[in-house]
Formats: sequence, C-alpha cells, structure tokens
Amino acid sequence: MTDKTILEKIKNIVTPYVQRKEGLEDFSDSTDFISDLKINSANLVDVILDVEDEFNIEIDNTSMEGMLTAGDAKRIILTKMEN
Amino acid sequence: MEKRVVITGLGICSPNGTSIPEFETALRMGKSGITFHPQLKELNFSCQIGGKPSISEEKIADYFTPLQLRGLNSSGIVYGVISGTDAFKDAGLELAEEDSPDWDTGIIFGTGILGVDKFREAIHLIDAGKTRRLGSTSVIQTMASGISAYLGGILGCGNQVTTNSSACTTGTEALLMGYERIKAGKAKRMLVGSCGDDGPYVWGGFDAMRILPGNYNDKPEEASKPMSTLASGFVPGSGAGALVLEDLESALERGAKIYAEVLGGEVNSGGQRGEGSMTAANNEAVQRCITGAIFNSKIKASEIDSINGHLTATSKDSVEIKNWVEALNLKDDFPYINSLKGMTGHCLSASGSIECVASVLQLDKGFIFPNINCEKIHPEILALISEESIPRETIEKSINILAKASFGFGDVNAVVIFKKYV
Repeated sequence: MTDKTILEKIKNIVTPYVQRKEGLEDFSDSTDFISDLKINSANLVDVILDVEDEFNIEIDNTSMEGMLTAGDAKRIILTKMEN
Repeated sequence: MEKRVVITGLGICSPNGTSIPEFETALRMGKSGITFHPQLKELNFSCQIGGKPSISEEKIADYFTPLQLRGLNSSGIVYGVISGTDAFKDAGLELAEEDSPDWDTGIIFGTGILGVDKFREAIHLIDAGKTRRLGSTSVIQTMASGISAYLGGILGCGNQVTTNSSACTTGTEALLMGYERIKAGKAKRMLVGSCGDDGPYVWGGFDAMRILPGNYNDKPEEASKPMSTLASGFVPGSGAGALVLEDLESALERGAKIYAEVLGGEVNSGGQRGEGSMTAANNEAVQRCITGAIFNSKIKASEIDSINGHLTATSKDSVEIKNWVEALNLKDDFPYINSLKGMTGHCLSASGSIECVASVLQLDKGFIFPNINCEKIHPEILALISEESIPRETIEKSINILAKASFGFGDVNAVVIFKKYV
C-alpha cells in the first residue's frame, strides 16, 4: 500500500468527524486532526477504531497519544502493518 | 411578581402519531398505535404487543447530523430529539447562534431509563473483553441526561438543562418543574417533556410482574382498555412528548401562538405508607395532590371541564376514579374524563408528556377525545360517576379548564391544571 493510498484512506475515515470541512481541501501529512479539522477530541477514539477496522491492526493507547496529524497516523499504520 | 406561564410549542412522537397534525387526527378518530411485535413472541413474552412510534430512517436523518447517526442506538433519544426539536420550532424559536447559547431558554426533559439497546451493546463488548471497542458514544447515549444533553446541544440552550426521573410521573413532573422555574423568573422559556425507549429490555420487567395483558396478541388494537370491565393490564408503550413553556410577557412580545396557560399544579408522594407501596398509590396522597393542584391554580373544583386521567387499564382504574370523586367532591356534575392509554398503551416515562400534549390540543382545538376499547364500563366506576362523563365518541366542545394527572412507581404523583388562553 502506497503512502498516498494510506493518506487517502485516512482522509475518508476522518471525514464524518470533521467539523471544519475546509480543512479537508489541502489534506496532507501535516493536517492536524484537532486544530485544522476541528474534530471533537472525544471522537478521536472513534477515528482510531475505524482505522483499526480499515487496516486490520490494533493501536495501543501510547500510539494513540502520538497520533495528532494525518502524517502521524500514516507512520503508525505503516509500523503496525509491518509487524 | 410571579410570572404567568403559557404553552407556545408542541411536539410529539406517539405510537399513534409522530407530528402534531397527525396526532390530533388520531385523537379525534380514536386511532390505536398498538401493534404486534414478533421479537416479543420470539423471546417468549406473555404480552407480545406494544406501542411504538413509527419513524422512517429519512425522518431521523432530518433531526440528527450524519456524525450523530453513527452508532446511534437509543430509541428514547430519537423520540425525544424529534419531539423536542419540533416543539421548539413550533414555538417559532431559532436555534442559538454558533458562538453563544440562548441564556433565557432551558430544558427539563425526563426519562425512566435511556439507551437500553446501546447499553446492551456495551455489555456484550465489555463481557467479551473488548471494552476499548465501545467508542465515544456509549456514555452519551446511556446517561439518563443524554436526552437533555442532546437537545441542549442541538438547540443551544444556556439556561438550566437537566433530566428528571420519577417513573410514570416523569413527563408531568418535568412540565411542573419548568413551570416553577419560569414562574420564579429564572428562565423565559423552558422546553419540557419526557421520553422512553421501546422494546423487550424496557418492557420485560413489567411482563415478568404479570401486569400486562397476555390474551390480545392477535388483536393488539383492542388490548388497552382503560375503565373497561375487561381491563386486564396495561399495554407497554414508548415515545416522547414535548412542550415549550414560556413567560406570558415573552410570548406576547414575540407574537407567539399560545396554546394554553399552565395555571399551576402539585407534585407529592404517599411515602409508601398506608395503602401506598413501591407499586401502589397511597390514596390520601393522590387526593392531596389533586386538591393541592386546584388550590395552587386558584380555581374551584367545579370549574374543571375535563380530566385526563392516569388510568392505565388495570383493575385499579376504579380506585383512581374514586380518588377524583372524593378529591373534587363532585358526583352528579363530575367532569368529562378520558385516558389516552387506550390508543397509545402506557408509554411509561413518556406517558405524562405525551398526555399533556393531548390535553393541551383538546383545549386549543375544542374537543374531547374518546375513550376507546371501553364498550362496557367497569361497574365499580359506574357506581361512582355517570356514563356521560366517560365519552366513547369524540365530543366537539370548547373546554376551559382541564386537569391532567400522572402517577408512578415509588408512590409519586403529579397533577397539572391547564386553562384555555383567551
């Protein structure tokens, strides 16, 4: 799976939770889930569950804490998929 | 100075109608909302029928955002949000702006138990060791105040936002709590009401108590028989009712439609003393609640034109009638009395608010809806009041004052007095 495909999948996953839709226009590694997309912090656990289902991985609490941007999520997904 | 309180908005999610016009038509026609539920049969329920509002997925999508709809599995929240939002819009009120709530508007929206289906989902996940799979929606859909929290966020209310709970008295109690808050000048508007989940996990406990009818599974619409000689237990129901209460001055300033005035009311408890218990009412308490409501409303018993009773369709209906007769001290000139439960079943925590909406519609539109499934009135009731007081056909008639009562497990009572606003 290419970086671009993963990023596209992450974008699809977060879209329903996004409260600032303009933030999706230039979705990239640096897109911050909370400040750029205004995702309610309580919904981050739902994003994690959706990511787990999509990529068939499990994301522990420590990894979750480091997942602030789309790029973070991509790196964590890639690492988990390698393991 | 005490504020006068009027009703400026109505919303409904009843087994026999999910909009105010549809509900009014159902009331006039005496339309039953009781249906057979195959799921209850599969689960070996004795009573396999119930009252459940009929709502399409499309309608639900009009009231919730796509995000709110994800994992939404709480029927009480669905019914409460639909009726509450409708009442708010019916009152001509606008959702608060993005940055600031409406400080003058609050919510008291009760329930008995909320999100039981969601809670069941959570229990299965937790028992399977998958607690982390619950996601973020488990808490907000199962906390009792989930309903007032959902409505508070959707509408943007900045006054008191809370949920009350007092079994089958809940809805009528919520109305009186909102009334008191406006009367005291602490809020200009209060959205009041109550909701109740449907389904086996709410109704099962009552089936186990053997207080539901088990012999009408093939003729559900005939099962709920308040005041009838054939009454054999209440039919469980669900749904929600909502009313916007408003300071009269505020309503007049806004030029809002006024459905009726809340003159006053009373809430009390029998303390589970005397003949009162967890599940039965202390009759002295019921009578004190009725006389207290009349006193607080500054009217005379003889001014009451119509009563909307609690009258659940058990053998205790005659005891309620006796309490009304003794409290009002009227016999030959006893007012009209009806029960909505013949059409909707007993909607439990939602019953009080659904029935308050039905009561207010009667005052506003000038009619008295019929007692259905009551072909033969119970002889103990006929020994107390005349047959003419128990309409079996719709009466088109302007009424001025209506008394509405709700009673609940825990030996709790609420009575409210409504008056036509002219």
